Amino acid sequence: MGNITQTIQAVPLNHYILFCAIIFAIGVTGVLIRRNAIVIFMSVELMLNAVNLLLAAFSVYKGDASGQVFVFFVMALAAAEVAVGLAIIVMIYRNTNSTDINVLNRLKW
Amino acid sequence: MNNYLWLIPILPLAGFLINGLGRNVLSKGVIGTIGSLVILASFCLSVSAFAQINSTGQPINVTYFTWIKVGVFNIPFAFLVDQLSAIMLLIITGVGFLIHLYSTGYMSHDKGFGKYFAYLNLFVFFMLLLVLGSNFVVMFIGWEGVGLCSYLLIGFWFTSGDYADAAKKAFVMNRIGDLGFLIAIFLLIHFFNSASYADIFPKVRGLQGPHVALGITLISMLLFVGATGKSAQIPLFTWLPDAMAGPTPVSALIHAATMVTAGIYMIARANVIFSMSPVTMHVIAIVGLATALLAALIALTQTDIKKVLAYSTVSQLGYMFLGLGVGAYTGAFFHVITHAFFKALLFLGAGSVIHAMSNEQDIRKMGGLRTKLPITFATMLMGTIAISGIPPFSGFFSKDEILAHTFESSHTMYVLGVIGAMLTSFYMFRMLFLTFSGSFRGTHEQEHHLHESPWSITVPLIVLAILSVVGGFINVPHIMGGNHWLQNWLEPVFKLSEPLLAHTETEPSTEWLLMGISVGAAFIALFYAYVKYIKNKHVPVADTEERPLLANLSYHKFYIDELYDFLIRKPLDALSVFFYKVVDKMGIDGLVNGLGNGTVESSKGLRLLQAGNVGFYIFMMVIGIIAILFYRLKF
Amino acid sequence: MSTFYVIAFLSIVFALLVIFAKNPVHSVLYLILTFFTFTIHYILLNAQFLAIVNFIVYMGAIMVLFLFVMMLLNLNKDTEPGKHYLAKIAGVVAGGCLLVTIIASVKALGASQPVILTNPDLGLVKNLGKVLFGEFLLPFEVSSVLLLSAMVGAVLLAKKEKATV
Repeated sequence: MGNITQTIQAVPLNHYILFCAIIFAIGVTGVLIRRNAIVIFMSVELMLNAVNLLLAAFSVYKGDASGQVFVFFVMALAAAEVAVGLAIIVMIYRNTNSTDINVLNRLKW
Repeated sequence: MNNYLWLIPILPLAGFLINGLGRNVLSKGVIGTIGSLVILASFCLSVSAFAQINSTGQPINVTYFTWIKVGVFNIPFAFLVDQLSAIMLLIITGVGFLIHLYSTGYMSHDKGFGKYFAYLNLFVFFMLLLVLGSNFVVMFIGWEGVGLCSYLLIGFWFTSGDYADAAKKAFVMNRIGDLGFLIAIFLLIHFFNSASYADIFPKVRGLQGPHVALGITLISMLLFVGATGKSAQIPLFTWLPDAMAGPTPVSALIHAATMVTAGIYMIARANVIFSMSPVTMHVIAIVGLATALLAALIALTQTDIKKVLAYSTVSQLGYMFLGLGVGAYTGAFFHVITHAFFKALLFLGAGSVIHAMSNEQDIRKMGGLRTKLPITFATMLMGTIAISGIPPFSGFFSKDEILAHTFESSHTMYVLGVIGAMLTSFYMFRMLFLTFSGSFRGTHEQEHHLHESPWSITVPLIVLAILSVVGGFINVPHIMGGNHWLQNWLEPVFKLSEPLLAHTETEPSTEWLLMGISVGAAFIALFYAYVKYIKNKHVPVADTEERPLLANLSYHKFYIDELYDFLIRKPLDALSVFFYKVVDKMGIDGLVNGLGNGTVESSKGLRLLQAGNVGFYIFMMVIGIIAILFYRLKF
Repeated sequence: MSTFYVIAFLSIVFALLVIFAKNPVHSVLYLILTFFTFTIHYILLNAQFLAIVNFIVYMGAIMVLFLFVMMLLNLNKDTEPGKHYLAKIAGVVAGGCLLVTIIASVKALGASQPVILTNPDLGLVKNLGKVLFGEFLLPFEVSSVLLLSAMVGAVLLAKKEKATV
């Protein structure tokens, strides 16, 4: 156990932030370049996870367990979101036979 | 002490409130009684005030409360009754009461009876305030108030558009004059730090120096502008003839006897200021004379009985201003008194005629009313003789005094004044002959309806006729064995300006000559009118027929209304239209609507972004987040 | 230390593969791999409870749900709608801009301390349980309502509507 934790001893907090920012930006890019609703969803999950990891890192850095409890709550929320979101996608697919978000162009003036 | 003084204006105000609030509840008899009795009570109180001044010789000055106080500057709400205002009080309440009494008969069939009496009482209240105020500001309250009541009463039958327009015209014209008066008051307050007569006049008297003369001239000119508005002088006189749209008693009370003399009262009150400025005095004399002549010339061809009297009023007011301008303050005021008597009488007589003729006012359709309306005829005859300046009736004395003083200052003016007197005599007798002599020219129905008016109308006529006959004896000149009672009575009021006026004593023989000339002129005019309208039975032509050029000019009032229209109203209208169409519609509305339309148009453009493309929405969201982060980063 | 960088590199690679894979099914599989690397990160931070939860909930439940929906809708490479390449470039640029902005913000903070685990028991189940059921008891209970409502919603949404006659 101790060995494992030693491996991060010399990692600066900034690197965690950088790493999580990169993952987050990848998630955003994914949302922007894909049209498949499910893949967009997955990109959102990527973003969520980036934030989760950053929360955990801050929690360790500060020595405060609240951050990790937050991660737990975020996961619960993500689960709920995915359940509802996928249900919506299934509904859309039933109605339009496609998961292309550009089909959903009713959302205009 | 003089506790009753405040009752004089309060009583008519109470009458106004009772009649105004109870106009739909009280019966016509009750309203008429209240309306007349409050004026009668004021009259009795005025008589007692007059008697008190007569016995003590001291003015009554009562301060009721401090009205406006700023630092050392103080305007009290105070009344002053001196020799001048005492006489004005008697005229206003006395003639006012007679006209109220007359109105109970004349207006008895009118639906707005209660409203009418409320307005009339309110008018008397304001007029009394104007006369009683011991400073210019209180005078100005009354000044504005009578303007308001004049507006209300001229437009009393406001259902007719012309009448409402006449009321508006009167109001606007008066406002122009009032502005001059108001500025003059401000200047007086600025220079003398007070608005009270008792403070200002001695200070004015003590001033010296060239720049002082300029300031005094400015103030007196502005005061005169105020007076021209109220007293219908050139250039602000055209409202008065139009004011005949109101009921006839209103014309008698407001536009002949009382309100229009407010300007003369004001100048007589502020005589010191005017006497200090010879320039203004000249201007007043010239304007007065010009007005007297112009109005007399217009009156020569008018065919509406009330219009003739209206122009006659303007003309007589012109004489009063002429008197003021040549320094005959007493003479001018004397003429105010006598004019109040005979002009009220003439108007009321005309009202009686109109009443008998079932609201016909055109003298071309009258004639031969002498037998049908004997009392009216007799009283109007006296009034006409009085106004024409034939001795020993009242008008002769007052007009003669003005003309005598005019002769002292300028012979040219005197000649013109006599010509005016001639014209006066002619058009008044013309009106009288056309109305009362010859044969009846109206419809058969009107003839059938002719009758003498009830006592409530004839009694005031008789009283006023007596006053018109004997009114002149209060100021009989020395050469006739009189004692100049009025001049002695008013002396304390004018004593400050007495040394400023260069009076040259005229020889008694000259005075007799002047009287002879004016009486002769009056008789010549009378004779010419007699020949033309009774001997030759001449009747003014109908509107459709051609007139000679001069008669046409006179008939159309020298096109002064049209001139004002062209010079003032049209440019103002054009300016208004310019402001409305260009500045407001295009400029301001354009800006406002442009903002609205711009929003709408840019929204139309922007909504094309909302193509329903979800991907694009998300993209924009990310751009927004980047922008926010970037913004936070910068600061 | 180097372990962290290796794993981070792997995470980034897999995440990129997730968004660039043509086939949605492949995307899901890469996502599972990404989450696996994340689990390793949690273990490196000695956040054992989170590692387990991440493993079970995310990789187990959520990803299976994704896969299940994929198969249900029969999505594959052919059904994937293509986006205009300009839009793709714009998306990448925007993501890059976001990244640059965030990094710049972090740079503005200056150098930082290394992450040191002062309390090894921090992320253990026992410790977290004490915090969760002490300080965060109410949010925990509320989240149960959230989950219930999400479940009801999902069922309602996914249920086939009866054909109205």
